[in-house]
Amino acid sequence: MSEGNTHIAVTLRKSFADFTLDVAFDSTSALTALFGPSGAGKTTLINCLAGLERPDSGAITINGATLFDGTTGTDMPPETRRIGYVFQDARLFPHFSVEENMRFGLPYVPESDAWADFDQIVDLLGIGALLDRAPHQLSGGEKQRVAIGRALMTSPRVLLMDEPLANLDPARRMDIMPFIEHIRDALKLPIIYVSHNVDEIVRLADHVVILDQGKISAHGPLTDVLNRLEVQSAFRPAAFGDGGADLGTVLEARVQEPDDAHHLTALSVGDDVLYVPRMDVTKGQNLRLRIAARDVALALEKPAQASILNVLDGTVSELVQNDPAHMDVKVTTAHRQILWARITQRSAHDLGLAKGVPVYALIKSVAIESGLPTVRDGS
Amino acid sequence: MMGSWLTPLETEALLLSLKVALWAVLVSTPFAIGFAWLLARKEFWGKTALNGLIHLPLFLPPVVVGYVLLVMFGRNGVIGAGLYDLFGVTLAFNWKGAAVAAGVMGFPLFVRALRLSIEAIDPRVETAARTLGASPFETFRRITFPLLLPGLVTGLLLAFARALGEFGATITFVANIPGQTRTLPVAIYTALQSPGGDDMALRMVVLSVLLAIAALAASEVATKMIRKRIYGEP
Repeated sequence: MSEGNTHIAVTLRKSFADFTLDVAFDSTSALTALFGPSGAGKTTLINCLAGLERPDSGAITINGATLFDGTTGTDMPPETRRIGYVFQDARLFPHFSVEENMRFGLPYVPESDAWADFDQIVDLLGIGALLDRAPHQLSGGEKQRVAIGRALMTSPRVLLMDEPLANLDPARRMDIMPFIEHIRDALKLPIIYVSHNVDEIVRLADHVVILDQGKISAHGPLTDVLNRLEVQSAFRPAAFGDGGADLGTVLEARVQEPDDAHHLTALSVGDDVLYVPRMDVTKGQNLRLRIAARDVALALEKPAQASILNVLDGTVSELVQNDPAHMDVKVTTAHRQILWARITQRSAHDLGLAKGVPVYALIKSVAIESGLPTVRDGS
Repeated sequence: MMGSWLTPLETEALLLSLKVALWAVLVSTPFAIGFAWLLARKEFWGKTALNGLIHLPLFLPPVVVGYVLLVMFGRNGVIGAGLYDLFGVTLAFNWKGAAVAAGVMGFPLFVRALRLSIEAIDPRVETAARTLGASPFETFRRITFPLLLPGLVTGLLLAFARALGEFGATITFVANIPGQTRTLPVAIYTALQSPGGDDMALRMVVLSVLLAIAALAASEVATKMIRKRIYGEP
């Protein structure tokens, strides 16, 4: 594929009767997640990138090449933008077989730009056995994989994915996510991924753009953005229906010692170390962890005798009351990691928690998000 | 052979009917697709009026349609005079005029069948084709057109059957001229008007019934084949 990272720059404005989309961002990331509640303008935004909708003003460029420019009137039609688009509903062509669907766009790809290899993509998506089938003979997950393959076969410069897993049940979602990781890593194809499912985003994205009522409310590397409370409150189930998540902390970890004498795996998070039951990993491997705030307890003294394995010391850096019974406490560890804990109001009062109070964070459970199962602390 | 039990006059009427109906349907096909697509997919000023105009032949007495055609396409008609001056073509009192009358009468049925078929095609699938590199024309050629084929076959049959049966507009517009405008229905009418023509009329009635059954069967087979190709239905 292309040398170096693809640079996508977007500034655009589009007004509707009841809301205005007004955004500016650029990205060189492998997978940028576009995140926000329904009606935030996510689909309108990627439709503008694909050329399916026309912004009122602004500019869209990929590696400096202009796709849209409101001042000069440049507006490339979708068929010449060479941007792949995977829709929420697969939209396969009913009168073509799977293979014919896959090859649909081939005649339109300029030879000099073609990088897609049919056999490699079929292999990557595991759809070799489906090639002769008709679309109506496929399951939902199979359809979506074929739709991804069909978009990849046009050798796109960027792949847009609009909630590609939203119509699938949770088990199928888990089946397809590794394929998306493969595309991101093996094909080095930049992906812009629309979702309102936190699990998908934590697992797949390295960059997050949060859209709210047509505006970008947060934008940056995943761990920075997701650990901000005002962002997290937007993820609550109330706002998102299913796929919403409880408050928690996302951490990047590196495997330090895959297997020690106690059958534990040591993970370093910055300069802190966490232990989880032994996993099938190799030393130096990077993992993404999520620690739910309700799985973190706080103590004023280091518990001398307790079954909890992971205890980090730090200080309270923020206290937020989100409901009458609970208090969300942000702890900054001695090694400057951030950790959210959700405790009851009563505990907060009893412990006399306030900004700057030294505490010990007791971590009951760590979820490994990079394709591996949640690991409960063996207490 | 056909000649053994059909008189030359009857054979002539049958062949003329087929020729008139085929031309009527062939010439109206691109227009029917165009109007059906406009009505199914586009919103524009005057859409309701256009829809009404296309359906008018369905509600008007055929004689009225024939009269309007005569006024418009006759040698001195608004359009007829222009056609003659520019191309030397005249529609009055010949088989071409009969084809126009038959085509106009079948047009609403044709457009209706196509419109339903186009409305059943998910426009989002066409959008997907655009994002895969297909221009609007390529999208129509490779996606929309193959998907509207079942509707096209249905529409073709309805329009063809209507054209075969056309009587009122034909006789009003282009009269009753043997070999030119005397199609099967007109010939049946003529036979019934002449003394001792009952046998001839009866034979042509049987012929009409056989023709209708054959057309229906052909369209059923064609639709089945297309559906099987598109959706793999048995």
